[in-house]
Amino acid sequence: MRILPLFISTAITAGLVVTLNTTMLLPAPLGKLLSPQHGIWQNAESSQASFSEELKFPQLGGKVEVYLDDRLVPHVFAEKDSDLYFVQGFLHAKFRLWQMELQTHAAAGRASEIVGKIAFKHDREFRRLGMGFAAESSLKEMEADPQTKMTCDAYTAGVNAYIASLTASSLPLEYKLMGYKPEKWTNLKSALFLKNMSENLAGHDNDFEMTNAKNYFSKEDFSKLYPIRQDSLDPIIPKGTVYEKPSLALKIPIDVDSVYTNKTDLAVTTQEEKPEKNNGSNNWAVSGAKTNSGYPILCNDPHLGLNLPSLWYEMQLHSPRLNVYGATFPGAPAVIIGYNDSCSWGVTNGGRDVRDYYEIKFKDDSRREYWYDSAWRKTEFRYETILIKDSASYIDTVAYTVFGPVMYDPSFSGGRASNSRYFSVRWKAHDKSNELKTFILLNKAHNYQDYLSAISNMKTPGQNFVFASKTGDIAIRTQGEWPAKWNGQGDFIMPGTDSTYQWQGMIPFDETPFQFNPARNFVSSANQDPADSSYPYYLGRGYPLYRGIIINRRLQAMSNITPKDMMSLQTNNYNVFAEMATPLILSHINENGLTAVENKYLNLLKAWDFTNAPYSRGATVFEVVWSKFSQVVYDDDFKNAPAIILRPYDSNLLQGVLSDSAYQFLDNIETIQIETLAVDVTAAFKNSIEELEKVQMEGRLEWSKYKDTRVSHLTKLEPLSRLHLTIGGGTHSINATKANHGPSWRMIVSLTPKTEAYGVYPGGQNGNPGSRFYDNFIDHWASGSYYPLWMMAAGEEKDSRVQWKISFTN
Amino acid sequence: MKFIVSVLLIALLSLAVCLYLPWWTIAVVAFIVTSLIPQNPIRSFLAGFLALFLLWGTLAWTISSNNEHLLAKKVAMILKMGSPAILIVVTALIGALVAGLAALAGSYVRRK
Repeated sequence: MRILPLFISTAITAGLVVTLNTTMLLPAPLGKLLSPQHGIWQNAESSQASFSEELKFPQLGGKVEVYLDDRLVPHVFAEKDSDLYFVQGFLHAKFRLWQMELQTHAAAGRASEIVGKIAFKHDREFRRLGMGFAAESSLKEMEADPQTKMTCDAYTAGVNAYIASLTASSLPLEYKLMGYKPEKWTNLKSALFLKNMSENLAGHDNDFEMTNAKNYFSKEDFSKLYPIRQDSLDPIIPKGTVYEKPSLALKIPIDVDSVYTNKTDLAVTTQEEKPEKNNGSNNWAVSGAKTNSGYPILCNDPHLGLNLPSLWYEMQLHSPRLNVYGATFPGAPAVIIGYNDSCSWGVTNGGRDVRDYYEIKFKDDSRREYWYDSAWRKTEFRYETILIKDSASYIDTVAYTVFGPVMYDPSFSGGRASNSRYFSVRWKAHDKSNELKTFILLNKAHNYQDYLSAISNMKTPGQNFVFASKTGDIAIRTQGEWPAKWNGQGDFIMPGTDSTYQWQGMIPFDETPFQFNPARNFVSSANQDPADSSYPYYLGRGYPLYRGIIINRRLQAMSNITPKDMMSLQTNNYNVFAEMATPLILSHINENGLTAVENKYLNLLKAWDFTNAPYSRGATVFEVVWSKFSQVVYDDDFKNAPAIILRPYDSNLLQGVLSDSAYQFLDNIETIQIETLAVDVTAAFKNSIEELEKVQMEGRLEWSKYKDTRVSHLTKLEPLSRLHLTIGGGTHSINATKANHGPSWRMIVSLTPKTEAYGVYPGGQNGNPGSRFYDNFIDHWASGSYYPLWMMAAGEEKDSRVQWKISFTN
Repeated sequence: MKFIVSVLLIALLSLAVCLYLPWWTIAVVAFIVTSLIPQNPIRSFLAGFLALFLLWGTLAWTISSNNEHLLAKKVAMILKMGSPAILIVVTALIGALVAGLAALAGSYVRRK
């Protein structure tokens, strides 16, 4: 034996193995990652791959057959309901485990455990918002309900059955790339997933931004810049509806003027991550009187962030007691938006402000006591331990008052609050509730009464639930447990020193605006104000206006409607905002002395048909000119304003100038002369040319190229994302597709005796980037096409659409 | 003859062992084979190198072409390796180098 060479060569080999197995020297553990039998190659799914399997789980109560069709949509046939949810959990995990865990980690403020320091601020934000606290209290409520508990237990067991089957080779790609392993699923994680949706949909507020605006502008200017309602509003429940007297008599605090409305000393300085303001959606249902078949048609397209793997996963769940098809959330049981053998339902976001802030006065820096109703009250503390990959962990001590967690304080401003004050957040999502029950019951609903009792469980995030049944009923309800607020309550930061500023109660279920089989034969919502000003409770501000206007205008005019007509309506790119704004621009622009280049763009705008079609150049010109117009009008007024402030919405500016051509903000306060609408429009147009020329040079003048829609992988890694999609639409179009946000699931259900349904989402059923089913729906979605949705019936097992079968036995 | 037997044994045993054990067991396999079938150090190194170059190269290439190189394209971009072909060659080289060095070490066990 030659000791020395043996020793040296063994040491080199060992060193190389360690190097290739870790990230000590390499950016990735290349050996582990590239081993054909362990690493990423194992995730390269063969194009001939079979998904057929036979599986045994003692947890099951009976047999379950899963038929996977040519789009990899599972049709689950179980004998027992609990088995249905077990298999739903198993399939969610099989195809989407990584996203489920990432999203629930992010919801819990645990993202730093996976990605390190980069997520630390996010984690603190979510811990301080009380996401864990909210999910825990929600879980208690969920587990107190036997049906929900059974559903969640079975679902969790299914997810864990899949996790237990994983080996180093079969781990999802992202775990391999990022070098970690999945932990066990729990019911709490499903609760966290649903709280994440609450954060997404009911977590938007502008309280700090509005407080700053109120303090900076005079009262008169403020009310002109931020009007509560717009004349052109077409509310969800039509104007003129008569409402009963409110059962709750709200007491406006006696010192409201001095310590709230007119208080101006609170200036906060420094932007946190905020949920996308336009997390909105469209839904509508028409009665048989307006359709070709004589039966109702229901349509829904929720607008959310566009990600890969998609938020949605399509499934059919069938047992002797229920048969339902639709879009599910990997992370939670049941079908969220869909239809069964009797009816269909869909949602748009309610968008009311259910997150308010109270300024807290602590006795001292220890935060142990705070002043409330003329006495010192004890604070409760919640200790949030944030584990950080490759760093020491951090313990955040969060104070809880009667309102909720003190989210912002000197140690954490969230980039929006003052660093010297304490703000407690009162968030509706902290209250006990069991939203999952809504969907469990809707999945089995037979009629309007079932729908009502199902959605009564929906408290937060409040949603506009549209409904249609085969018996011919249509309905919409602006459902949620909404705080009853006095006018202006919670628009700004409120004093936290006494109880008079608390929410005084919740609007009773019977006083929620709704419509059931209205005379106009349709119901619709597009996130606009639920009702007009005759509704006796304060509804807040900042609702988007325009999609609602165009949807109602079209539905009013349509008759003999077919599902095909609904497809073209749902993917319609008409921009009703531009229809109102463009004539204003064109009639006020001073064309004298425009250069040839300027005239070229003016002619594009003149020739434009207000349609945000993918190849439209006029749409791009309009977009740029309008944003410049907004700058010309407001930049001078906001020049010295605090950085954290709300700029008026497009609708505020348009309505301002439409109703008053001498809108006072047109004048540039920094010049001696008085600027008019014509001056501002012309200046905005001329200011646009530089950007338009640049865009033209880059070959991006066509609207879809300018807008540049993408569907990004959750890590934002470009190779795993789909970029530069050719798709039209935009914020104010029914097809509300923006750069990375838009119709995340389009569904059309015609409730004929044999249901005819269509749907599509921008993703694919398999979350594995190495699968051909990863993103195969995206081009179909972008082109405005749909897939027929197949509600498989027992006996159709031999249908040519069935490609694979997974059999589960106990 | 010894050389070919060594190459085949290392490749086949690596394939079998890696069904159950971590990737680096290829080093253990190469070490044991060359310590049992003595050759000079250079030939031993080449036996290990060639065995895993062929094994990992063939496996990666087969898997990737069945996948129409869908994933390899993406991973090659993430790892900044340009193309699936480079990713496959890098894969083969990593296996080859680890097995080659281990085989070299193995050759010294019985060498006087």
